[in-house]
Amino acid sequence: MLPIVLASTTDQGGFTPPTISDAHLPDILPWAAEYGTGFGKQMLMVILSVILISAFFMIAMRRPKLVPTKMQWLAESGYSFVRNGMGRDIIGEKDFRPWVPLLFGLFFFVLLNNIFGAIPFLQLPSFSHAGSAYALALIVYIIWIGVGIRHHGLKYFKLAVVPSGVPGWILPLLVPLEIISTFIVRPLTHSLRLMATMLSGHMIVMLAGAGAAYLITETGNLALQGTGILVILGSVAMYFLELLIMYLQAFVFTLLTAIYIQGAISANDH
Amino acid sequence: MIGTDVILAAGEGANPLVPNWWEVLVTAVGFAVLMFIVVKFIAPALEKSYQDRVDAIEGGLEKAEKAQAEANAMMADYQQQLQDARVEANRIREEARTEGAQILAEFKEKAAAESARMTEQAQAQIAAERQQAVSSLRSEVGTLATSLAGKIVGESLDDDARSQRVVDRFLADLERSESARTTSAGAAE
Repeated sequence: MLPIVLASTTDQGGFTPPTISDAHLPDILPWAAEYGTGFGKQMLMVILSVILISAFFMIAMRRPKLVPTKMQWLAESGYSFVRNGMGRDIIGEKDFRPWVPLLFGLFFFVLLNNIFGAIPFLQLPSFSHAGSAYALALIVYIIWIGVGIRHHGLKYFKLAVVPSGVPGWILPLLVPLEIISTFIVRPLTHSLRLMATMLSGHMIVMLAGAGAAYLITETGNLALQGTGILVILGSVAMYFLELLIMYLQAFVFTLLTAIYIQGAISANDH
Repeated sequence: MIGTDVILAAGEGANPLVPNWWEVLVTAVGFAVLMFIVVKFIAPALEKSYQDRVDAIEGGLEKAEKAQAEANAMMADYQQQLQDARVEANRIREEARTEGAQILAEFKEKAAAESARMTEQAQAQIAAERQQAVSSLRSEVGTLATSLAGKIVGESLDDDARSQRVVDRFLADLERSESARTTSAGAAE
């Protein structure tokens, strides 16, 4: 994206910042391009993440030992972090076991795809594309509604939107709000939170890169060139902030999934 | 000049909220594949390893506790044995002491008896020897006196019967005078 930006700046003689379109690279294969898309870098990275996660954990747990190797230790630490930190603590000792694989898969899928944004040359968090975030949030949405129905039958929808212990006259006001917040806003925030943080982080990196390049190469003004170097230094700090956010968003996404599932299981408790 | 460009740029380009449906599909399918692998292979292996470790640690703790208890019991046992041995040793020492004292006393007694016996024997022997000496002396004295008297008288007094009578009489006189002297001496005192 950088060469494109630089090319356009030299053409116009002024700075053109990168746009969101630059987060969408040209398709690698113009496959099904007539339907508006093809096979792009982002999709490759999603597939790559599936392969990497599977390979890492399969290799790490190929011959599990009681005294673990470094790799096994890493794999088990990651697993017990999700299992105990999110599964057991949120869903509860009684019901968490069947959900550990889902939480585990979600956490590492999101985490690795986010971290792609911090790896040179890949440098694109997969979930900065809304489609991927929607897909995951939709899967989770279907799962927790399914859990609610399985545990409580169709009564689950009543349990979910009618809070108990509230005076009757306020229900006409509360119920629509509950419906909107639980069944409409929840999946949207779940996906958009991830997508927006990843996209903004990606944009900031692009902007800092393009801006610094423009300031240093195009202005010919020593002060502005110095500012360009400051921008690069600042972007290093941003890079580490991004790393933190990448991890945090994977954590939050998985944690929210656990909370939604827990809420569906114990819908009659509130 | 830069600022306005940025603002303008923000309005342009793709809408980030509109998904690329192929990406939705790829992500969903990719995640499904990942979940299949996780559920089928990864999670069971990890869960098993986790459980094994928990069991091993808990088992290890239990084992250590057992070993500790065993060691404690053994320690108490040893101490008990030591105590017993000490008591036993004391008892034996005491016994030996009393036995020694007893043996000593016995020996002393035996020695005393022995010495008494030896004294007695010696005395008896002395008495016998004295008796013997007295009787031999008597016969000697008798013989001497007789021969002396014979020489004085010039006649053989070797006639046994007679000389015996003379000697006996003399000795009897001697004894009488002796006893008379002692009684008179006793009376004089």
